[in-house]
Amino acid sequence: MIELEKYRSVTLENVKTWFKAAPVSAFQENGGGCVKIESLQIAVFNFSRRNEWYAVQNLCPHKMQMILSRGMIGSESGEPKVACPFHKKTFSLKTGKNLNGDECDIATYPVKVENDFVYVGLED
Amino acid sequence: MERIIVIGNGMVGYKFCEKLRAKAGKSDFEITVFGEEPRPAYDRVHLSAYFTGTTVEELTMAPREWYEENEIELLTGELVTEIDRENKTVKSHKGTVLSYDKLILATGSSAFVPPIKGVEKQGVFVYRTIEDLDAMMAYGKKVKSAAVMGGGLLGLEAAKAVLDMGLETHVVEFAPRLMPRQLDDQGSSVLQCQLEDLGINIHLGKNTQEIKGNGKLDGLSFNDGTELNVEMLVISAGIRPRDELARQHELEVGPRGGILVDDHLKTTDPDIFAIGEAALHKGMIYGLVAPGYEMADVVVNQLIKGDEKAFTDFDMSTKLKLIGTDVASFGDAFGEKEPFKAIVFEDKVSGVYKRINISEDGKRLLGGMLVGDAEAYNMLLQIAQNGMALPPNPEDLILGARGGEEAVGNGVEALPDTAQICSCENISKGDICKAITEDGFENIADIKKCTKAGTGCGGCVPLINDLITETLKSMGRRVRKTICEHFDYTRQELFDLVKINDIKTYDELLDKYGEGDGCEVCKPAVASILASAWNEMILEKSMTIQDTNDKYLANIQKGGTYSVVPRIPGGEITPDKLIVIGQVAKKYNLYTKITGGQRIDLFGARLDQLPDIWEELVNAGFESGHAYGKSLRTVKSCVGSTWCRYGQQDSVSFAIEVEERYRGLRSPHKLKSAVSGCIRECAEAQSKDFGIIATENGWNLYVGGNGGAKPQHALLLAADIDKESVIKYIDRFLMFYIKTAEPLTRTAPWLNKLEGGLDYLKDVIINDCLGIGEQLESEMQLLIDAYKCEWKEVVNNPEMRARFKHFVNVEDVDPNLSFKEMRGQKFPTSWG
Ligand code: SRM
Ligand SMILES: Cc1cc2nc3c(=O)[nH]c(=O)nc-3n(C[C@H](O)[C@H](O)[C@H](O)COP(=O)(O)OP(=O)(O)OC[C@H]3O[C@@H](n4cnc5c(N)ncnc54)[C@H](O)[C@@H]3O)c2cc1C
Ligand code: SF4
Ligand code: FES
Repeated sequence: MIELEKYRSVTLENVKTWFKAAPVSAFQENGGGCVKIESLQIAVFNFSRRNEWYAVQNLCPHKMQMILSRGMIGSESGEPKVACPFHKKTFSLKTGKNLNGDECDIATYPVKVENDFVYVGLED
Repeated sequence: MERIIVIGNGMVGYKFCEKLRAKAGKSDFEITVFGEEPRPAYDRVHLSAYFTGTTVEELTMAPREWYEENEIELLTGELVTEIDRENKTVKSHKGTVLSYDKLILATGSSAFVPPIKGVEKQGVFVYRTIEDLDAMMAYGKKVKSAAVMGGGLLGLEAAKAVLDMGLETHVVEFAPRLMPRQLDDQGSSVLQCQLEDLGINIHLGKNTQEIKGNGKLDGLSFNDGTELNVEMLVISAGIRPRDELARQHELEVGPRGGILVDDHLKTTDPDIFAIGEAALHKGMIYGLVAPGYEMADVVVNQLIKGDEKAFTDFDMSTKLKLIGTDVASFGDAFGEKEPFKAIVFEDKVSGVYKRINISEDGKRLLGGMLVGDAEAYNMLLQIAQNGMALPPNPEDLILGARGGEEAVGNGVEALPDTAQICSCENISKGDICKAITEDGFENIADIKKCTKAGTGCGGCVPLINDLITETLKSMGRRVRKTICEHFDYTRQELFDLVKINDIKTYDELLDKYGEGDGCEVCKPAVASILASAWNEMILEKSMTIQDTNDKYLANIQKGGTYSVVPRIPGGEITPDKLIVIGQVAKKYNLYTKITGGQRIDLFGARLDQLPDIWEELVNAGFESGHAYGKSLRTVKSCVGSTWCRYGQQDSVSFAIEVEERYRGLRSPHKLKSAVSGCIRECAEAQSKDFGIIATENGWNLYVGGNGGAKPQHALLLAADIDKESVIKYIDRFLMFYIKTAEPLTRTAPWLNKLEGGLDYLKDVIINDCLGIGEQLESEMQLLIDAYKCEWKEVVNNPEMRARFKHFVNVEDVDPNLSFKEMRGQKFPTSWG
């Protein structure tokens, strides 16, 4: 059983460590990649069209699939979002909110890019 | 200025404040709210989302600032302990004393804990507040198994939460079936199977006698002598109205609890009202939020205008959420109120049970229940609530019309204006239509904002969407099927824009003709258009706009592995090639199956294995089978005149020729074809998008056939023509379809909607009435010439190959992949 509760949103203020994930080039433009941080899987998105980076749990809460990094990103009324490849449930990249209103929300994490490297913010 | 005090800051208490402030001026009422819980009111209905990461802030109905802005004094963490009815004051446990003109009791209810021996033990929980959930989560980390006592609506929700915590999960129910108040025996046994498949253990007819353990629980014992070893227990055995203040101060309460109210929600003291789950109205405690909101509305109207609108019986229809399978019951689900006839549909294979109760005269729908598939819930509820006319065969309501016609009885246009669409906010069809026709709102987000409809449980959103489309249509607005919010064009218009302006990438099109950042609807649609227009390798410029399966050139499966389907044109294959497939399958441990399309599917490949597998296949002379694309799939063949004693022409050779001609061709939806050697039709050509059947003199060409969800036979486009004409007509037919169809529309529904139908199609294809015949042919030739095997390109391109892995920062494979074994092959472990 995959533990959903391992994924808890981290806000910028609460970041204790920045995990050095991968070089910018590992993430396709307007695409995503999955970063392994010990037992966590975090989906990181290079939203180059908006010049923004996002990170969320890789786990789709609908059918507990480790897959969101392979999802397609886009926007809904300006809100950046990702669509799960399996059944196209969509989640806000900003807040993690489920935009279909039927699944639960997902955890989000801060991202920073320094010297061409991508970092994910963690609480511990 | 009237002084209002609200006791209880739960969902209903909050809604009361919201409504009172929205409907009356701030200077008319002074409002003070006491809440026992430490935080402002939150959405208890979606409490379970807290388990999966939704934060307290997100659940909060309105932040403290809202109360400040609206000049409402909110005192949280304060329990009201006394009411002085004579002097009209209340007192809290902190000693605060405030006076009121009108007092509102919105004290809700608490979880009922049956007096079983041992309930005080560590590890026993109830499921009602955020604190309860925090405690459960903390304790759940230390144990491996848990039981939920109660198999009702809430109990099952709690069970799913426990399951999601990763614990071995049991549900213990006293009644002989699950959800005894919503489902009959048959329905609940179907539900039980579904839940057992999810991994929840169900124990029925169990009367718990003792909660055992030394200090902390380690098991339950039942009075039939059996026992269940679990380390944690969540009690969900019903609710008890919080009527202690009323009792203490001699307001009348019901024999089984609940503050007695009249139709105007007044208690026995005319200055004191009770609303929400604490109120007892005509012998009923309403354990749902929608009736509570309605009660708040009734009281607000009285306070403002002395309005005498009464609270009437409220519909208790419910849809269960979150459990992983649909369950709903509506109206008179058991047929208890009048004589009825039931129509029942049960499908044990897919776990579906539907029952509707029809009045004896066959004219009205009284109620029913749905398990496994509750898509029809909203519409059925509407039909029942509004006494709408039933179709001639009422069974169509749950089976859908059979015989190819559209489903009946589901047109929103048939609903009366008074039909309640959103029950949480009590918004009628008339309210929504008015927002569209008079206020000019046209999309769901605006409608939600303006009317509040769809902001509660969200169950009515599909209905609202239908209402928007229908209302716009009835206003004479041409409802153009534009792609999505990012492109105000139809697919056909976009296709033309791409061609005329020589556009080669999605970003170029979005910059020039779209807005925003795109989405999962327009990206694959445009990807398909670009591929149909230019046939460039799809991963080169635009991997990230490809739909799931196209993105990795393979079909994704449960668990996140992929399948491999090499092309086997016409279904003909040499023993040597068969051996290669067998060897590859064995080496990578792939589940192997003969498909319905005369070829072989290898399942269960990891992302990182795909390029290696394909390298071996490509080296052995195989090509991509495009089983993942909206593109040509297979051209099936029958054995034909070379071997078959009836064969009129060589169907296998022709099938191979056709498949190799159109391989890799991308289109609005997938394309299938077949060639049969004679009229016996062993290749089933008449069920294909284009099918060819040999005749004595040549070939008959059929188009627009479909198997799948809505089978339809293909229509004869041309008879007794030679091979060259067959190819010419198929070129024209496919290109015409590709240019004009809406996204994800197979040829059959496209042809059904084509104005002028088959005759017009013949005119375009055969008589060339539009004068575009040659153009269509040359456009097709361009695509055919541009064909390259996608997998060969990936295999030989290290940069593309590198994209096929699960993690970007380590070489590990996804540790969550897991398989089981069946009949000597591997399978993914099923999903929750
Ligand atoms: C493998 C196969 C079943 C099998 O084991 O036999 C299959 C498997 C799938 N079919 Fe199929 N279909 C398969 C033959 C069929 C057939 C029969 C046929 O082609 O002779 C049909 C009905 C004929 C037709 O299409 O008109 C068929 C009608 C569908 C449909 C419904 C299409 C429709 O118009 O209603 C879908 C859904 C869709 O495409 O949107 C679908 C979708 C799927 C998908 C791709 C679902 C998905 O997106 O994951 C399945 C992928 C399996 C995988 O992971 O590889 N499959 N599917 C067959 C592969 C044939 C092949 O060699 O390519
Ligand atoms: C897990 C769960 C899932 C649910 N799912 C659904 C669903 O899908 N659909 C649906 O319609 N309903 C659902 N419900 C029921 C729904 O939440 C309730 O009907 C609704 O919350 C009732 O609102 P209320 O304001 O009457 O009571 P409550 O929300 O219980 O609020 C009452 C508040 O008053 C406070 N209070 C009590 N006495 C005092 C006092 N003396 N002084 C100060 N404060 C006091 C309490 O602490 C509490 O905060 C669900 C409930 C739970 C627990
Ligand atoms: S019919 Fe096709 S889509 Fe449905 S389960 Fe079978 S293979 Fe999958
Ligand atoms: S698993 Fe993600 S939408 Fe179904």
